[in-house]
Amino acid sequence: MSIKPIKKVMGKGVPILGDDIDTDRIIPARYLKCVTFDGIGEFAFYDERFDSDGKPKNHPLNDNRFKDASIIIAGNNFGCGSSREHAPQSIKRAGFSAIIAESFAEIFYGNSTTLGLVCVTLSNDEIVELAKTVEANPNIQIEIDIEGEVIRAGDKVYKCGIKPSTKKSLLDGEYDSLGVLLKNMDKVKEVEKNLPYSFA
Amino acid sequence: MGKNLFQKVWDIHKVADLPGGRTQLFIGLHLIHEVTSPQAFAMIKELGLKVAYPDRTFATCDHIIPTDNISRPFADSMAEEMMQALEKNTKENGITFFGPESGYQGVVHIVGPELGLTQPGITVACGDSHTATHGAFGAIAFGIGTSQVRDVLATQTMALNDLKVRRVEVNGKLKPGVYAKDIILYLIRHLGVNGGIGYAYEFAGSTIENLSMEGRMTVCNMAIEGGARVGYVNPDAKTYDYLKGKKYAPKGEKWDKMLAYWESIKSDKDAEYDDVVVFNAEDIEPMVTWGINPEQGIGISEKLPMGDNPSFKEAYEYMKLKPGAPIKGTKIDVAFIGSCTNGRIEDLREAAKYLKGKKVASHVKALAVPGSATVKAKAEAEGLDKIFIEAGFEWRNPGCSMCLAMNPDKLVGDQICASTSNRNFKGRQGSSSGRTILMSPAMAAAAAVTGEVSDVREVFGLN
Repeated sequence: MSIKPIKKVMGKGVPILGDDIDTDRIIPARYLKCVTFDGIGEFAFYDERFDSDGKPKNHPLNDNRFKDASIIIAGNNFGCGSSREHAPQSIKRAGFSAIIAESFAEIFYGNSTTLGLVCVTLSNDEIVELAKTVEANPNIQIEIDIEGEVIRAGDKVYKCGIKPSTKKSLLDGEYDSLGVLLKNMDKVKEVEKNLPYSFA
Repeated sequence: MGKNLFQKVWDIHKVADLPGGRTQLFIGLHLIHEVTSPQAFAMIKELGLKVAYPDRTFATCDHIIPTDNISRPFADSMAEEMMQALEKNTKENGITFFGPESGYQGVVHIVGPELGLTQPGITVACGDSHTATHGAFGAIAFGIGTSQVRDVLATQTMALNDLKVRRVEVNGKLKPGVYAKDIILYLIRHLGVNGGIGYAYEFAGSTIENLSMEGRMTVCNMAIEGGARVGYVNPDAKTYDYLKGKKYAPKGEKWDKMLAYWESIKSDKDAEYDDVVVFNAEDIEPMVTWGINPEQGIGISEKLPMGDNPSFKEAYEYMKLKPGAPIKGTKIDVAFIGSCTNGRIEDLREAAKYLKGKKVASHVKALAVPGSATVKAKAEAEGLDKIFIEAGFEWRNPGCSMCLAMNPDKLVGDQICASTSNRNFKGRQGSSSGRTILMSPAMAAAAAVTGEVSDVREVFGLN
C-alpha cells in the first residue's frame, strides 16, 4: 500500500489548552454508535462545544477567529482514556492535520500516527507562548517541519519532539502500518507455528 | 541479569524489526466487540484481505447492549445495526461469537478470562483500552484502536514501540474494607495519570500476590488509567487454579506442557527493571475520586485537596465540590456496581454481603449489572440477585451499562454516581454535566445505603 509521505504540515492554529483532555471529551461515547467513521468529524469535542440544548458554548472551536485552523495546540496528556480511534478520526475529519501538545497518551498517539494525523510535542512554556502568539494573531501560519523536527510560527522557531519511528514512518509514507506488516507474512507463519498455545 | 515477563513474552512473539525501530509483534489472542471492529472489517474487505487467524479471534458484544430489554431488534436502531454488523462479520469470517444466545456474552474483559482464553505468556489485543485486564494472568495485553484491529485481523500482528518495565510493588496486609480497587486508585494517585507513559507495569509484592485473580484483574484493568500501556502480574498457583477446567484452558497432556511454558515466562528472580517503586498496603484506606480523572482521588477520611492549579480548578467547577471540605457526606443520586473493573462474581458477592438486610436510600437509583452471562447465572444460583433486589437495586443483564454512555443506562443532568467503573471523565456516564465518583463495590454499596459518599467501615461496622 503506497501512501503519500508527510514531510511538512502548514496551517493556522487553534489553542485547546488544558491537561488530560480525554477521548471521551474529544468524542462523547454516544457518537461511537456507527459502523463507519464517515461524518464523525462534526461530533469532535461536541459536549465541550455545545450545551444540552445544542447551543454553542464558549469554546475555541466555536470562535470565528479560529474557524480555518488545521493545527490543534494542546496541553499535557492529550487523548488519554479510551482507545477509541473515533477520537483521532473525528479530529482528522473535522479538518485538522496536526496536534502540537506537551504530551500525548500512548494509544491516541499511535492511532493518530496511523491516520497520518501528525502529533508533535513542545515544552509547557513553548506551548503557552505559541498559544499566546496564535491568540494575538490567529492568521499566523504555523509550519511543522517533520524532517527538521522544528515548528515555525512567525519569527519563532521551536525544536519539537517526535518519536524516531513516527518520524521515519511519516517521511517514508509508511505510517499506515498494514502495508509493512503484510510484507512479513512468511515470518508471521513461522512465529505462529512455534507458539506453544492455540485455541482451536 | 535475568529477564522480566514482559521481555520474555515480547521476544517469543516478535516477528520482525520494522524500519524506524518498531517491532512487529504476533498477537496470540484477538478479542473483538461491536464498537471498534465494524470499520476494521470494512477496511480489510475493501483491500481484498481475509482474517488471517479466525481461530485466534473471538467476539462478544458489550458496549451497546441494553441491560434491561435485550429482545431483538434493539430499541436503538444504531445499536441494532452495530450488532448485526458484528453477527455478519463474525459469520462471514468463521469467528466464534459469544452473543446473547451463546450463554457466554458479556464484557469482553470478563468473558476472556472466564472462558480460559486469557492465559499466561500470551499476547492479547482488543479494541478497548481496558484490555490491560488480561495482564492479571501474566499475559501482555494491549488496548488498540480500529486501524490496529484491522492490522490484527489481516495479519495477526501489530507494529509496536518497545516498552520500559516498571515494577510496582505493594507489600503488606490490606486493612479491612480495603480492596483491589482502592489499591489501584491509590497507585494512580501517587504515580499520576500519565506516570506510566512508555511503560509496562509489573504489579508485584505480597499484597498483589495475596489478591484473588479477580482482584488482580481489577488492578491490571486500570493500569491504563495510570498511562501504562499494559499491566501484568506474574502467574502463580492461583492463576493455574483459576484456569483449570475452563472451556478453552488446555487439558490433559497439553495442560502439563503449558504449565511448563507458563512457569518459564515468569520474571526471573534477578530480573532487570527500568524502574521500581514500592508501596505499603497499610497506608491505603478506602479510596474515592473527587475530580475528573482517576488521579484525582483521596482516602475516604481525607478532606478535598487545596491547590489552585488549573486542573484542580476545572475539576472543582465541574464536580461542584469545594476544596477543603470532606468528600464523605457528598450526596449521591445513582449507585452503579458493574463494568469490566468490578462486574465479576467476587465484586457482586462482596457488595451483596454488605447489602443483605439493608435498604438503598430512597432518593438513590441503584444498578447491579453482572459483567457476563456466566457471572449472572452464578450470582443467581447463589441468591445474590435476591439480596440486591430486596435492598432496592435493579438487577440487570450483562453489559458495560453505566460505565459509559453507549447504551440506555446514562446519568441525567448533573447527577452524581457512586460508580465501580474506571473513568470519572467529564460526561463519561452519558450526561455532559454528569458526575462520577469512582470507588470499590463495597464502598458503592455503602453509598447506596446511606445515599451519600460514606466509609464502608463505618456503615457496615468493620474494623
